[in-house]
Amino acid sequence: MKHLFRGLVPICRKEFLHIVRDPGTLFFALAIPMLQLFLFGFAIDTNVRQVATVVFDESRTQDSRQLLERLANSDVFQLKSYARSKEEMYEAIRAGKDRVGIRIPYDYARHLQDGSTATVLVLLDGSDSNVAGQAVSTATGVALRESLARVIPNGKMPIEVRPSVLYNPATRSANFFIPGLIAILLQVMVILMIALSMVRERERGTLEQLTMTPVSPLGLMVGKMIPYGVLSFMELCAILGVMRVVFQVPIHGNLLVLLAMSVPFLLTVLGLGLVISTKAQTQAEAFQLAMGTILPSVFLSGYIFLIENMPPIFQGISCLIPATYYIRILRGIILRGAGIRELWGDTTVLAAMGCAAVLLAALQFVRRKAI
Amino acid sequence: MTAAISADHLTIRFGAFTAVNDVSFEIAKGEVFGFLGPNGSGKTTIIKALCGLLTPTSGTGTILGLDIRKDAEEIKRHVGYMSQRFGLYEDLTVAENIDFYAAVYGLEGSNAIERKREMLALTAIEPYMNRRAGQLSGGWKQRLALACAIIHSPEVVFLDEPTAGIDPVARRALWDLLFKLSGQGVTFFVTTHYMDEAERCGRVGYIYLSKLVALGTIAELQRLPEASPPGTERIQIDTPKTAVMLDPVRHLQGVREATIFGRSIHALIDSDHLDALKAQLPGARVQIIEPSLEDVFVTLTNRTMEAAK
Repeated sequence: MKHLFRGLVPICRKEFLHIVRDPGTLFFALAIPMLQLFLFGFAIDTNVRQVATVVFDESRTQDSRQLLERLANSDVFQLKSYARSKEEMYEAIRAGKDRVGIRIPYDYARHLQDGSTATVLVLLDGSDSNVAGQAVSTATGVALRESLARVIPNGKMPIEVRPSVLYNPATRSANFFIPGLIAILLQVMVILMIALSMVRERERGTLEQLTMTPVSPLGLMVGKMIPYGVLSFMELCAILGVMRVVFQVPIHGNLLVLLAMSVPFLLTVLGLGLVISTKAQTQAEAFQLAMGTILPSVFLSGYIFLIENMPPIFQGISCLIPATYYIRILRGIILRGAGIRELWGDTTVLAAMGCAAVLLAALQFVRRKAI
Repeated sequence: MTAAISADHLTIRFGAFTAVNDVSFEIAKGEVFGFLGPNGSGKTTIIKALCGLLTPTSGTGTILGLDIRKDAEEIKRHVGYMSQRFGLYEDLTVAENIDFYAAVYGLEGSNAIERKREMLALTAIEPYMNRRAGQLSGGWKQRLALACAIIHSPEVVFLDEPTAGIDPVARRALWDLLFKLSGQGVTFFVTTHYMDEAERCGRVGYIYLSKLVALGTIAELQRLPEASPPGTERIQIDTPKTAVMLDPVRHLQGVREATIFGRSIHALIDSDHLDALKAQLPGARVQIIEPSLEDVFVTLTNRTMEAAK
């Protein structure tokens, strides 16, 4: 056992000294994730609200104005401009000034009165599918209510859907996005820090010197992981604090369980950083490889897109991405108040991935007789 | 008595490339052995193999009787290694660098303190204890690197081009240190490009195109038949116009090779042409000399190159 981790303590101590000696790097390592948290935390809002809408009202009746009012009240549409012709309406959408066009034909009121079907045209800019979808369903909903109100004069609906959103009841985007963002920010920070620290040793020739000493590969690797692990754990605590205080995202589950379950994730990304460092000869290479891990972690981890909607092959890939499991843990504990019983599986997978990554890096190191 | 370092038909291949080709030598305890050869000739590869970092393709070697194939871990405890790049942490202080390497070699407590004091005394680096290694001059960096490389009292020390880029005063200081330690029984294996350093060594080996082409004391090498073939003489021609004369001398009959050495020309000539040459060089002083180490290596290099063709 002692042989396996030989040299761990001095390496660990030395690495802490490096960190303390280089306050600039330390500041950037800690400040940049925080800065990004603020930026994305405030910027990302997937709830569709106040979509710029252009109206072409040919009817100009009380009925048409009533419909427009209902649409405006839905909070989805912002009736920004009024077009005087069909062409003007199309032009406003093509130019990107408005995303939705609503055209009420001149015979709208007449159709309503004589009981035949009145039509309303809703033009959508499909370039943002999310906005388009939301606009259609809201417009349909408003029309449906209007129609029913006319068919059932006393205003009593036979069926009414009353959505009650569990977990994140306000459906605030911040609540949904920030927990996922934590995984991405931590991953980038950790991989970069440890991979660069290892490759720096290779570039400066100290790694070659270390291979001539009795330091064992695992002693070296774990000795490097501990300081950066501690650092990223502190960063995690800071990020959670900002999330709670600044973005008002409540943590429904147990904070201690969350912190404990974060350790396997940190282990995994530290290990990943080490694997990258065995492949990279220069800091620039290490940087590129580290950046290469970001996009899959953003798009295939369920951070933005639902894994269930992906083709099977990508679902398979998402199983290989550590962030997938950690985002599940973060959302589970923070949003749904889940605990060990629900999330032990994800935690176990992360722990196994972490050990595998560290062993892989150590083996690479032994085989290459790293220089 | 077992040799401090031995290589026995050591061959190391990387794919199709043979980095070290059937190299054998023995180095006695306390010897300062100089290892010469151009860049890429396999010097560093041999050191790595002897330290157990590379497994030789065939052949074997020993360090203090330990097998380099089987006892790599044990060898590391008895061997010190200092490379041209020094392997220092520039953002750590002198003291922290020494402490780090002491800890890495498992020195603890009073033993570590005692060794550190010895190293500071030996290298006289004490006044710079709290200075960052990166702020030291080349010479002091080198001394610190040596202190770190021998903190664990190794019996065998490999120095891979330790004096590249170091000023002459610091170089001499380092060599004085090496001889002091070798007097205490430490064996040194030093690679270098500098002939004057090689001449300080008790014995030298010369590796070229992955092969050990010469091995012995300076005097032995100077008498090597390959370097001074029978029927030839080495002469020194003193003339006021060495640069102008070099080319004509090269084309004189009986001259095998010629090169400028300071303010004179050194040439290898056929003995029976000596008098004819003297007659053709009026006003020049011609005398027979021993070949310098450089003469020997240049001759050996040319011969090996021709043989390889």
